[in-house]
Amino acid sequence: MATQLEPDIHADEDAFRTEVQQFLAANFPDELKNKGNALAGVDGPTDETPAQKAWREAVGERGWGTPTWPKQYGGGGLTKAQAKIIDQEFAKAGAYNPIGGMGVMMFGPTLLEYGSEEQKMEHIPPICRGEIRWCQGYSEPNAGSDLANLQTFAEDKGDHYIVNGQKTWTSGGQWADKCFAIVRTDKSDKHRGISFMLIDMDAPGVEVRPITMISGTSPFCETFFDNVKVPKENLVGEEGQGWTIGKRLLQHERTNISGGGRLASMMGQSLGDIAKKYGETDAAGELADKVLRDKIADFEIRWNSFLLTARRAVEESKAQGGVSEISSVLKKLGTKLSQERSELLIEIRGLQGLGWEGEEFTDGELEAVRGWLFGKATTIYGGSTEIQNNIIAKRVLGMLDHQ
Amino acid sequence: MAVLNEEQEMLRDMARDWATNESPVTEFRKVRANGEPHAYNKDAYATMAEMGWAGVIIPEDHGGSDFGFLSAGLVVEELGKTLTASPLIATTIAASAIVLGGSDEQKAKWLPKLASGETVATLAVDESAHHDPSAIEASVSGGKLTGKKAFVHEAHGADLFVVAAKDGLYLVEKGDGVSLTTRKLTDQRSHADVNFDGAAADKLEGGGDSLLDDVLDRARVLTAAEMLGMAQQVFDTTLDYLKQRVQFNQVLATFQALQHRMADLFADLAQMRSAVEAGLQAVDGGFGVARAATIAKAEANRVLHTISNQGIQLHGGIGMTDEYDVGFYLKRARVLESAWGSSSYLKDRYAKLASY
Ligand SMILES: Cc1cc2nc3c(=O)[nH]c(=O)nc-3n(C[C@H](O)[C@H](O)[C@H](O)COP(=O)(O)OP(=O)(O)OC[C@H]3O[C@@H](n4cnc5c(N)ncnc54)[C@H](O)[C@@H]3O)c2cc1C
Repeated sequence: MATQLEPDIHADEDAFRTEVQQFLAANFPDELKNKGNALAGVDGPTDETPAQKAWREAVGERGWGTPTWPKQYGGGGLTKAQAKIIDQEFAKAGAYNPIGGMGVMMFGPTLLEYGSEEQKMEHIPPICRGEIRWCQGYSEPNAGSDLANLQTFAEDKGDHYIVNGQKTWTSGGQWADKCFAIVRTDKSDKHRGISFMLIDMDAPGVEVRPITMISGTSPFCETFFDNVKVPKENLVGEEGQGWTIGKRLLQHERTNISGGGRLASMMGQSLGDIAKKYGETDAAGELADKVLRDKIADFEIRWNSFLLTARRAVEESKAQGGVSEISSVLKKLGTKLSQERSELLIEIRGLQGLGWEGEEFTDGELEAVRGWLFGKATTIYGGSTEIQNNIIAKRVLGMLDHQ
Repeated sequence: MAVLNEEQEMLRDMARDWATNESPVTEFRKVRANGEPHAYNKDAYATMAEMGWAGVIIPEDHGGSDFGFLSAGLVVEELGKTLTASPLIATTIAASAIVLGGSDEQKAKWLPKLASGETVATLAVDESAHHDPSAIEASVSGGKLTGKKAFVHEAHGADLFVVAAKDGLYLVEKGDGVSLTTRKLTDQRSHADVNFDGAAADKLEGGGDSLLDDVLDRARVLTAAEMLGMAQQVFDTTLDYLKQRVQFNQVLATFQALQHRMADLFADLAQMRSAVEAGLQAVDGGFGVARAATIAKAEANRVLHTISNQGIQLHGGIGMTDEYDVGFYLKRARVLESAWGSSSYLKDRYAKLASY
């Protein structure tokens, strides 16, 4: 579809593009070129080099890490088109977005929708500046897929709550400053007895115990609350509204897990090119292993149709306003495809693609192995694939239980 | 399950009891924690050999029991269930090369020591990260072997290497001209690149032109038997878990989506078992071995791949933890899927054997 743009919009966009380029030239340190954002994820402590710090502050100050969030809370206050220009120019310069993590991916958007004015003023700006790390206190030993079965209890003590209970699989819990949690405020009603509240991770009575994962790292924890005092101002929405707010946050999480950015950034490396590097080619310059070649093409075709689906969903959801149940479709598809991709990488590399440690493997090969193992979690967390299928069948397709 | 004779049943029960009681996964954890390059418990292997397991395919007059491959597979399957780390499979594969291709003198020299567990041996064929017996560059001149073998299983514990060179298989003892570079893989077992630099080599003259292929087929069926044990164990553990874990006020096993998933895996596992047992029996019968071994390993690859993934998925978060065993099976599975033929390789081989 040909789009007729008004000439003055063009001019505006060109001016903005120049502004971004100038900003990068003035602020982006060469030594960080083509590096990833080590701090945006949930998988590491917060040691920053001076260059990383300066870059985070420069982007944070302008709100360009969260470009479309409102300016009054520290966001960029920019249009989607401008946000895209930032993406493009950063990518061209090999610059990462230093603002990220659960605050950006899921908590911020949810608080913008449900938080009070005071809460937004308090919590959104530090997220935009990348100063505060958030973790997600949802799952419990007996509340995984059946999240609403959560038992962590917040007892009303007038101007504050006293929270007792245990969360588990808390990603980044050992590095987080704060936790957005769903807890029980009423034992008589499974769903309406849940409230959404914000807990300081350094409050007395909070204890975290890291759990080692099959990939060898310990990016998540058991989190214990023992008589933790939480002021009433940290309740988001009404008491009992936690399930609605909590589910909304999950839609943001799913949209993020399924990918936009993460998947798109992997697009650059074609599996076919990697396979040519590791395997033999025939006289025509094609992969000699035809079975593998067929598998790669089969995968890449479906990968492309996924990216098209994700793009279409974004466009359609713009019309409807925000994330929706299509996030379940994207989450289920995107996670399955990234797992398949990791498995294909192993096939392509053979035993060279299964290294655990040692100098005989490149960093990229070793990272891919750990990524392959960690990636098994993507079809489990954020609502497992089976749970997404239930949501699609019941809520989207109206296939209700027989009772 | 194949029909077993009395001896075979006894052997299997003995292996099952020993693996369950003496070599549960906690033993593998100890091996991993020790971090020794040979990556197995030498006392445990001595015990296994005492029970006769290292000599199952070795003729009686060379100190074995000559029970055959189906019997060896029964033992290996039980050990696979508990991820027992040992050079039993590697040694058995190497022994089969000597049984098929060795002179009387070579047999008399090596087979009794392999059967008794005194000597550990392994097969070294591939020279890259992919299985490809058609791409061998190692060569021998004047009785000295030179070449580089990649990702050799159980190399650190091996006293004897059965090495594929351009013109056939050779026996090379560890020592002068043999050096190892450790390759640590996800399964935390012993793997190394082995460099042979003018190492003294003794050719296996017997066995005919197909010796290497015949030995590789034996490697495939035995590896598939280990994979069968692993798949069975992951399946059983997962089924138990689904019958216990409560979510939404009911055990997970009552959800139809999961019932159907398990039914699919159960059917897959039945196919895997048939294919693996038929592969082992084909070796014993000496008929249609290449085709049967290809089917056995290809089905083992396919089914273990699926089951090892589903094992994690169906356990949910707990399946992602190192504390829980199921992840170990995934990490060993991919190594074995790659060994002696990936799915791609085996599909191609199947088609070639069938001339299309
Ligand atoms: C790496 C990782 C990071 C995580 N990070 C966080 C975090 O930061 N914060 C947080 O709160 N949680 C986190 N989680 C927890 C995650 O959300 C839960 O693991 C997930 O909700 C599944 O719950 P469970 O592990 O209890 O599995 P279970 O609910 O016990 O599920 C086990 C299996 O049964 C299936 N199943 C369950 N119910 C049904 C049904 N009705 N129909 C069909 N199949 C069903 C599941 O799909 C799964 O395959 C994380 C998990 C992982 C693995």
